[in-house]
Amino acid sequence: MEAVAEKIRETAAKLLSEGKVDCVIGYAQGSVPMRDYPYFAYTPEEAQNLTWSPFCCNNLANFLIRRPKGEIGKVAITAQGCVSRSIVGLIKENQIAREDVYILGVPSPGMVDRRKVAERFPLKTITEVTVDGEDLIVKGADFEERIPQKEVRRDNCYTCVQRNPVICDEMMAEEGPADWGGDIDKVAAPWEKLEPAQRWEAFVGEIDSCIRCYACRDACPLCYCHVCFVDESMPQWCGKTQDEADVATFHILRAFHCAGRCTDCGACESACPQGIKVRRFTSKIEKDIRELYDYTPGMDLEATPPLSVYRPNDPQEFIK
Amino acid sequence: MKNLLEYVGIEPGRLHFSWISSAEATKFQDTVIEVTEAVKALGPAQHMIKDIRKVA
Repeated sequence: MEAVAEKIRETAAKLLSEGKVDCVIGYAQGSVPMRDYPYFAYTPEEAQNLTWSPFCCNNLANFLIRRPKGEIGKVAITAQGCVSRSIVGLIKENQIAREDVYILGVPSPGMVDRRKVAERFPLKTITEVTVDGEDLIVKGADFEERIPQKEVRRDNCYTCVQRNPVICDEMMAEEGPADWGGDIDKVAAPWEKLEPAQRWEAFVGEIDSCIRCYACRDACPLCYCHVCFVDESMPQWCGKTQDEADVATFHILRAFHCAGRCTDCGACESACPQGIKVRRFTSKIEKDIRELYDYTPGMDLEATPPLSVYRPNDPQEFIK
Repeated sequence: MKNLLEYVGIEPGRLHFSWISSAEATKFQDTVIEVTEAVKALGPAQHMIKDIRKVA
């Protein structure tokens, strides 16, 4: 892991000093354990702050868009499987140009869910978490424990189908195995087996604690509209209250806007301050898109997204 | 969309999709009858209702 980080720092410093890119987007170590944060290195010196760890939960593709035009030129970005798939999606949706991005490919180690680690130490404060091979060493004031990373990964990382970058300009490490062997069909759309009445209960139970902070939206590289439907006031598509109907509308529509585009990077779920399993909504759509249209987003620059094209054999049983 | 709404617990039969040309008056009539009957059979909606007494 440290070797990969060193290679990223080295390459970033080289790209910046040679003037090949104006900025390198990566991660830097956070001040709180397990919270490495997105970092923008503009000079070779700043590049020394870059890191790579199993705590890099944000999707960096989010920072390639919404940048004022002309402010900054070409950027380099570290990308594991899901981030590279998001980049492919953004190129396809004409949000960025392939030649403006220099991709530093990294095979994903599988990111750690900080909540799963914290749950193991109830009422205790974790002061430091370090990586040692396949394990994490968790330290607090009066304890030190070793836990295997594979027990505390994020849910989406267990069922990842693409750990290696789909596109890249330079690899920072050898490609690893493509997946973790998890079966996405076993966990996708967990409420399908419930009766309709129970599903609604499960749904509102899940969103009950939502505070409408929109962190899930802001963390998502797919949500780049200048004015989001929840922020529009003329007309106001979605109410601003904490009422069940308003919160449900937000979550249903947010998920639906990701249809055929979501790469299951898990940034939304990691960003949620309330620990809401927002992937439970997107996973149903992801499954439908896979089964109905035989399409997995972000895998291929040439493939046409299913919702932007009409095919005579598109499923249409729902239309009468 | 239909799949997603059913997934979160909206009853199947409450949401209908149809494609009707402006020249298809009878299809329009038939569809409206079909939709209203299906929705009436389900009774008043229980979900996604905003109660102003609760909200305000």
